[in-house]
Amino acid sequence: MPGLLERETHAGLQRGDERLARAELRRQIGRLERELAGLAAEAFPLRTIATGIGAPQGPPRIAGLAELERVRDALAERIGEARRARAEQAELWKRNRELLERMLADPGAYKWVRVSRADIGEHGCGHWHSRPRLGPLGMLMGWWRVKVSSGCPLAGRLAAVER
Amino acid sequence: MEGAETGSEATWQSSPEQGWVAPRVAAEFPGLGIAWVEVDARPTSSSSEPVRRRLRDLSDRFYGAHAIHMREQPVPWSYRVFFRQIGLDPDRVRTPAEQLALDRLHDGAFLTRGLPADAVTIAIAETCVALRAYDAARLEGRLCIRESAPGESLLGYPGQLEHGTLTIADERGPVELLFGGEPECGAERDTRRVAIVAVQVKGVPQVAVDEALWIAASMLQAA
Repeated sequence: MPGLLERETHAGLQRGDERLARAELRRQIGRLERELAGLAAEAFPLRTIATGIGAPQGPPRIAGLAELERVRDALAERIGEARRARAEQAELWKRNRELLERMLADPGAYKWVRVSRADIGEHGCGHWHSRPRLGPLGMLMGWWRVKVSSGCPLAGRLAAVER
Repeated sequence: MEGAETGSEATWQSSPEQGWVAPRVAAEFPGLGIAWVEVDARPTSSSSEPVRRRLRDLSDRFYGAHAIHMREQPVPWSYRVFFRQIGLDPDRVRTPAEQLALDRLHDGAFLTRGLPADAVTIAIAETCVALRAYDAARLEGRLCIRESAPGESLLGYPGQLEHGTLTIADERGPVELLFGGEPECGAERDTRRVAIVAVQVKGVPQVAVDEALWIAASMLQAA
């Protein structure tokens, strides 16, 4: 992941100045942490992004070069995984949206198929369901349609269930 | 500790005391700082109604989405990054603001734990600045952030501190790990004066630190 790691060559690093190197690694860790936080927030609530990197435990200390490098690399790896997962998810949502379009155009070809809002990357509780009109009669006659659900239950209904 | 103003109208100093950071630590972590205010206050097991009401109001304003998006905000992000930089994993050892958020989601509310804990909770929830409450009488001199010297130890911490451990210390010695530990001199039943201590890291503006200290101190003072 060269784009993420940006192994820049500083004059200070060439001089072997470890403090400059640590400062640079800390800067990179900050940037990667921000990016990972953004990916996690963007995915919420449809997906969960793992942000843990399994860093070794110990007391707070001035972390050395090797440790900072491990943290930086682990964060970069997590971001890479999150990006891949996002791309795969986006592809799945795209395919589901295409399926929904085909289903809306020809419900009879997609009998009983149900696509939820979450399946196409939208928030909320609704779904599209290919069902026969007039129940068994519609099944026999081939009268299929896509029924759109009414969305999330209202608070009043939920309260009634709790009672 | 010195430096506290006590007058007829205010029992805490008008501006926070600034501690110092050891030169080696300051060179590694520019922007790291420690500040505190002292308030005449007695710890209580239950807070007054205004404090409890404020906790309830905060609970009503805080949801799961806040906890997720918190990491994108500058102050909580700064502490997360700092944790990573000092070898702590913020997903295991939570930053104070994230720990509060987690507790809020777990408990369904910011639970009252008496004073000064509630005052600190409110200030952290409002500002996300890392705060601690100590018994001021058990602190000596100015507070600082420094690495532990060989042979130093900390109450509640097994054995001697590993040389180079980052600590909050007074003139006698370490009083707490910089993050991820329990204070050696936290406020207890016989405490009569509380020191509210803020640890500032790079990216946390001074105004946020001042606000956090002011909120906590005014909560304690009003109680």
